[in-house]
Amino acid sequence: MKVAVLVFPGSNCDQDMLGAWQLMPEVECQYVFHSESSLEGFDVVAVPGGFSYGDYLRCGAIARFSPVMKALQEFAESGKPVIGVCNGFQILLEAGLLEGALLRNEGLSFICRPEKLRVVNKHSMFTSAYAENQILEIPIAHGEGNYYCDAETYARLKSNGQILFEYEHNPNGSFMNIAGICNSKGNVLGMMPHPERVVESLLGGTDGLPLFHSILNFCQHKTA
Amino acid sequence: MYKIKVHVYLKENILDPQGKAVTNALHQLGFNEVQTVRVGKYFQLFTDNVDDIESRIKSMCQKLLVNEVIEDVDFTIENAA
Repeated sequence: MKVAVLVFPGSNCDQDMLGAWQLMPEVECQYVFHSESSLEGFDVVAVPGGFSYGDYLRCGAIARFSPVMKALQEFAESGKPVIGVCNGFQILLEAGLLEGALLRNEGLSFICRPEKLRVVNKHSMFTSAYAENQILEIPIAHGEGNYYCDAETYARLKSNGQILFEYEHNPNGSFMNIAGICNSKGNVLGMMPHPERVVESLLGGTDGLPLFHSILNFCQHKTA
Repeated sequence: MYKIKVHVYLKENILDPQGKAVTNALHQLGFNEVQTVRVGKYFQLFTDNVDDIESRIKSMCQKLLVNEVIEDVDFTIENAA
């Protein structure tokens, strides 16, 4: 299975993301620079966190026009898994691959600490290796992670099962405690917490690991 | 030369934590007449070519300058020669 980790000027979680995928021997993972125009041959694309283009204008607003993003649109339409974490989530929202927006944290502070999350829907290609309502501890590290959508969008996300993760103790003002959502097709995930930072007990926890295993399972089942 | 002033601000129903912090700071300085502050962005665009400019600015806003999920915009075009 081949995984692409996109790299923009200002990405800084790309090595962690690559490292997380490389823990699985079935996975061949490589960086794909923002200037590339093809994602052919990849089974999964990960958009890592960081401060792409210095967060100028709005987080993710400039990165969204990188050449690789056109390829990512097509990749996402093909139904293959796309995961965006933190700034990656912001980029996917700006690109219109996910619904809603991320505002400045309610308390204005940049928050960097472990947060408790609940798996709201385990029937997705990203969460199948978790238990329903499982409580996870996954770190967050963001200044603009305050998820917003209007009531109508929320109702749709909710009824389609597109809300995958909720915060147990809302750290940033996110609407209805939302921490991670997917698109209506279920193959594009965006989340503020960093699962790639909790994949080895030596580094403080392994609650992120089942997410990577879920995606791997999905891809292996598809090709089997 | 024309100068286009583009103002982008958060929609009315969206909380503005930054504006709230500025409001509090103004109150601490004794400017209690200020009830609310909303912080937005101001772009200055300069151009000699104003052909079809209104629709082109709208397109610029929609594609890049504004996130329509959370922001509203207005703009004016001035002769800056």
